[in-house]
Amino acid sequence: MDNMAGTKSGLTWAVHISVALLVALWLFPTVGLFVSSFRTADQIATSGWWKAMFAAEQSLTLRTAGADEAVREGDLYVLEGNLFDIDGRETLNISVWGTSARDVTAYTPGDTAELRRGGTVTVQANGDYRLETAEEPSGRGQRVFVTAKVPPEFTLGNYDTVLGKNVALNVVIYGIASLIFGLVLKYVFRGSERGIGSYIPLFGGLALFILLAFAFGLSDGRAEGAQTSDNMGRAFFSTLTVTIPATIIPILIAAFAAYALAWMDFPGRALLIALVVALLVVPLQLALIPLLKLHLAIGIGKGYLGVWLAHTGFGLPLAVYLLRNYMVGLPRDIIENAKVDGATDFQIFVRIVLPLSFPALASFAIFQFLWTWNDLLVAKVFLIDATGDTTVMTNQIVELLGTRGGNWEILATAAFVSIAVPLLVFFMMQKYLVRGMLAGSVK
Amino acid sequence: MHPALQGLLTIVIGVGGCVGYFYASNLVLDKVIFPAKGPNIGRNINRANMVRPWLFLFPAMFALGLYLAYPVFETLRLSVTDRSLGGAFVGFDNYTQMFGEAKFWEAVRNNFMWLLIVPAMSTAFGLLAAQLTDRIGWGSIAKSLIFMPMAISFVGAAVIWKLVYDARPVDQEQIGVLNAIYLGLGGDEPQQWLTIPFWNNFFLMIVLIWIQTGFAMVILSAALRGIPEETIEAAIIDGANPFQVFFKIKVPQIMGTIVVVWTTITLVVLKIFDIVFAMTNGQWETQVLANYMYDKLFRANDWGVGSASAIVIMVLVTPILVWNVRNARKEMR
Repeated sequence: MDNMAGTKSGLTWAVHISVALLVALWLFPTVGLFVSSFRTADQIATSGWWKAMFAAEQSLTLRTAGADEAVREGDLYVLEGNLFDIDGRETLNISVWGTSARDVTAYTPGDTAELRRGGTVTVQANGDYRLETAEEPSGRGQRVFVTAKVPPEFTLGNYDTVLGKNVALNVVIYGIASLIFGLVLKYVFRGSERGIGSYIPLFGGLALFILLAFAFGLSDGRAEGAQTSDNMGRAFFSTLTVTIPATIIPILIAAFAAYALAWMDFPGRALLIALVVALLVVPLQLALIPLLKLHLAIGIGKGYLGVWLAHTGFGLPLAVYLLRNYMVGLPRDIIENAKVDGATDFQIFVRIVLPLSFPALASFAIFQFLWTWNDLLVAKVFLIDATGDTTVMTNQIVELLGTRGGNWEILATAAFVSIAVPLLVFFMMQKYLVRGMLAGSVK
Repeated sequence: MHPALQGLLTIVIGVGGCVGYFYASNLVLDKVIFPAKGPNIGRNINRANMVRPWLFLFPAMFALGLYLAYPVFETLRLSVTDRSLGGAFVGFDNYTQMFGEAKFWEAVRNNFMWLLIVPAMSTAFGLLAAQLTDRIGWGSIAKSLIFMPMAISFVGAAVIWKLVYDARPVDQEQIGVLNAIYLGLGGDEPQQWLTIPFWNNFFLMIVLIWIQTGFAMVILSAALRGIPEETIEAAIIDGANPFQVFFKIKVPQIMGTIVVVWTTITLVVLKIFDIVFAMTNGQWETQVLANYMYDKLFRANDWGVGSASAIVIMVLVTPILVWNVRNARKEMR
């Protein structure tokens, strides 16, 4: 038995380690994107993001001052100054340096290098240099390749470029304020955790956020050199405009149908349920052309209305299925008692079934929200027209991939902006999401 | 009008319209058509109750019919007509043309590879993660982190993994993890992973496996918890080691759930579009059916062949559809 105990603890360690590895593996790519969105284009291009946390040995190409600043000392022309002054950089500690791109580690600080075009240059560890030439220097300054430890540095600059000046900062500040407000509300209303009371903190926090955003504004104007800021900010609001009605409308339509399928007796009920299960798996690819033709024919055309209708239609099978399965499980007694007391079906539905079904409604709402927010195909077909006035973030990102495939700072930031909202919803509402998944997978 | 205002208005009209419809139609039914009073009170109540389910069902059934059922038949019709001939019936010409294209067969081949690998790998990883995380204290945190990619859009995931696969010229520092590891392990030069025919399919599949594993894990973990303790205890007393317990006791008992997870992921794979569209757009032999269809419909503007390829996807989905319906009916009995 001792042996068994021994193997067991060994196995437990193996489990801990393998789970840690699995989690690390799964998290690694996303963290890469997240970290990259806080680095400058230079940093991203010169070192892998996994090195961003550490002070890294980085090679920098610096220049001495231009020839016109040379001073005559005896029969020599002398240039003195600090290499880091030129670009207004922070002073770093130089470990090695060189004067040719081929051999950037030729000298240590304090050494004097012979220049190819004549003259000598001496560089100190703090970047002070002294360049001496016999002939009068001309043109730009001498290039010096230094290697120095660069401390980790993160910036919100990318977010300013993608969203507009200080937007990310404002969102974070308002977000923290709303969070604190929500927690306070939660404390104040801690007595009424059941029923409506449990949503007060959530909606209170949201309301404060919206209030702050309107009162103080999100953006402090356009960032310098920003070409994407308008597009991405606009795409964010377009996505929101697509998502919210497309989430709310199907819920109500589906809830009534689900109630009928769960609690009303009529011929053909089983057939209708089978139909819903069948439509659950019909690929929406089939619907693209016929519906686009229909929308164009009846004058809806491409636009928000079309995409709302399409998302409503495509979301309905899952909504009806999820809600019916949940409603069937509600206690029969309550509903029959209500019927005996003379309540009509409409009253039973509105007063009893709908409030009791809240978990299922929430599950579906999250599914539909994630699905519409993350959707590309439906938006491309039903929303985005030739003018390009309406766009969604997923489409914007695909376009960035095409036009700015190498600008990782822009891409990473844009992508992170688009996945931040679903991630927030995911972590806040995970319970309902899991519940919905368990109910929604056909048993 | 500002889109946000339009959206708000739509919510109000949509929600108000729904509530109004249900309320008013019930009212009309109970008070006007079959009033619950007068000489025929009994018959009227019965009749009203026969009609009412259809009032409740009508909006949903109408939308389902129009947005999902009708398109199936319309697509079938479009697939045997030609748009440029004014919608004339052309029989199987579109299908013949499609079957003659190399790109179509490439898409079919790739789709089958996706079908074989992605559901299998996602389910396997999901099962592994479910089994391991159920046994440790911080399992729920681990679970929610592995589950997280489910919330990320396919397009977002495409960007995330493009950064992983990024390649820089040989004399520069690599910023893509895969190339950094590859060079670290002694590879001679950085690879453009997404442009290596055949193998690039697997690099695309990894993205979907990464997303779907969390789904498989959540469902399977619930199933594992549902296994009766006695069966496991009995096996341990009989001297089964942990691996035997897992493969011979647990897995057979959750086989039904594994099949469900497998088929659900299969459905996702059959419709996979965004990942391929955003990462390679079907170049370098990575075409898949849904992206082929999109190409035909919206780039080549060939609705006939596009519809034909949509029908191919539908045909591939049909066995799962039939199986699901049969299961649902069995359950209801």
